[in-house]
Amino acid sequence: MAQVKNRLTPFFENISFDREDNELILNFGPQHPSAHGQLRLMLHLQQEQIVKAHPDVGYLHRGMEKMAENMIYNEFMPTTDRMDYIASSSNNYGFALAVEKLIDVEVPRRAKVIRMMLLEINRLMSHLFWLATTALDIGAMTVFLFAFREREYLMDIIEGYCGARLTHAAIRIGGVPLDIQDTFLSQLKTFLDKLPQNIKDYEDLLDTNRIWLMRMEEVGVISKEMALSWGCTGPMLRASGVAWDIRKEEPYELYDEVEFNVPYSDKGDNFARYRIYMEEMRESAKILYQTIDMYKETVKNGQTDLMAHSPKYISAPKIDIMTQNYSLMQHFVLVTQGMRPPVGEVYIATESPKGELGFFINSQGGPYPYRLKLRAPSFWHTGILTDLLPGHYIPDVVSIIGTTNIVFGEVDR
Amino acid sequence: MRAYTPKDDVQAKAYYTDRYYVAPQVPKQEVESDEVFAADLAALKVKFDVKEAFIQMKQMIVYINASDIYGVLKFLRDELKYTQLSEMSAIDWLAKDNTFEIFYQMLSMTKRKRLRIKFFINNGDAVDSVESLFRSADWSEREMFDMFGIEANNHPFMKRILLPYDWQGNPLLKTYPLEGDEFAAWYEVDKIYGKEARDVIGPEIRDTARVDRYDSERFARLGFEVPKGTKITGNEEPNKQDYQEEGGVFLVKKFTKDASKIIDDPQR
Repeated sequence: MAQVKNRLTPFFENISFDREDNELILNFGPQHPSAHGQLRLMLHLQQEQIVKAHPDVGYLHRGMEKMAENMIYNEFMPTTDRMDYIASSSNNYGFALAVEKLIDVEVPRRAKVIRMMLLEINRLMSHLFWLATTALDIGAMTVFLFAFREREYLMDIIEGYCGARLTHAAIRIGGVPLDIQDTFLSQLKTFLDKLPQNIKDYEDLLDTNRIWLMRMEEVGVISKEMALSWGCTGPMLRASGVAWDIRKEEPYELYDEVEFNVPYSDKGDNFARYRIYMEEMRESAKILYQTIDMYKETVKNGQTDLMAHSPKYISAPKIDIMTQNYSLMQHFVLVTQGMRPPVGEVYIATESPKGELGFFINSQGGPYPYRLKLRAPSFWHTGILTDLLPGHYIPDVVSIIGTTNIVFGEVDR
Repeated sequence: MRAYTPKDDVQAKAYYTDRYYVAPQVPKQEVESDEVFAADLAALKVKFDVKEAFIQMKQMIVYINASDIYGVLKFLRDELKYTQLSEMSAIDWLAKDNTFEIFYQMLSMTKRKRLRIKFFINNGDAVDSVESLFRSADWSEREMFDMFGIEANNHPFMKRILLPYDWQGNPLLKTYPLEGDEFAAWYEVDKIYGKEARDVIGPEIRDTARVDRYDSERFARLGFEVPKGTKITGNEEPNKQDYQEEGGVFLVKKFTKDASKIIDDPQR
């Protein structure tokens, strides 16, 4: 069947002129390499200056909340990978934590340490990826290659752990499925020992680079009020003068046992955000060093459990399933029908690399969540472009989108 | 006779529930058990009608009247230092009592407290927009409109956000099936090829796990392929075809399973 002819006649959808007020509407995206995914921006321009910006999202909408309402809790875990696919373990973790609070189980210490390692590795991966792509957008090809090299090393470690490089599904409700592999700690240590020099290399390339400074300094200034009003979290908020890090303020896992600082700045511009990402990488490395010691301590103390013990909600260890009839029956019910958490509601926020990742779950006692709302930080970090872009010039759009660090798997869900 | 399936909630249901099973409850605490929340609630009660309040999972949940929402959120922001609206959305209770439950998840960074403001509205009613208080509500309310069809009064741009502007139906309603409705099945066909192509192309199949055994064109019969248009009988000979050029391609050696060595130990 031939396509309808008039549908294929070309029309200039990217540009339209309005003679009256000389305003030009530029359609940025949805297929723009520096839009970091499927972002469509309708920019109203006076000469090169933006007077109105209208972000249009939804090109990657998959209806995750709807899917969650039709899946048992464990089934939804791999779907969360597809939210912020740059750091998928942090999504897994946010969901696992919310369900764990709902069913009230305590995760064994070794699992907590492994989770923290995964989370911080994910943060490093995400920040390295951010640095690489943003630098590439600005034109710093070398930094892109350097940062991707380091990220690759981390992805190898993760691949060794869970077999996947991007969509990890490395965390389970109630713990982690596996202990870390033999080479994990030594590989991680090798990486961490090299990281300070790597970060210094990036900074040497960027910090005093004239082009970088011109594109970053005093560009995309977000005031504190604006950041709070728009629901900004994570580095976006910390760059605007609010030292709010959920790991510090509402500690989960063992974050209250490790020492780290929360870098923040009151400048609010692109450069402040860039500095915060760099400093956060150093802090993540600091945390990772401490978790290595914590892991070794659990080995010394013989804390080998990886999954919480809660027969009502979580399957028994494999050895019990294979040897004990009752464990096998529980496992069968949990796999085929799914766990049935108590009736109630929970909203749990965790500090993902992008900001506050929240899971709101309303359970009515069934094996499917009655309502699951994903609070993804990038959603509002995209929304803020409406207010942020006007007044800027076209080249600034690219650097501003870069420093907001938005990922469209998360925006569109 | 066909089994009766309820039309007001078409979401996945547990296929077996013990008739004596009573679901446990997540425990609720009195608001008085937390000093900060107790003070906040007392301040709130002076100005507004609070229907119910309790603490669950260390967060206070406050039920108010739908008409008070703008005032309550303004009061929370300006007086009680709940400076951020983290999230807002709705829960569909249409099947139960024809209402929506709207929740506003608030965060106070100075007090390190989170609370949730909630109220019920009837189906078809609109909520008051809080967009002028919290800009984040701009997009949240649009998303709620998109997903549930709940409009927000005084919102500057009440359009769909995640779905296309010309979409019909609200996907997070319990009446909306997971694979989409009739409109969803034809949306892309109509849009790209036109309505007149419906007969040729057919509806979009949104069940990703679906495999059509009699489909000879889409690799569904892997190992039993037949030429296009052949009538499928079900007794086809297995087709042992290697999907690679004869002699291999430049730099790539042709893979033959029998001649290759399989390494058992991945660590080697």
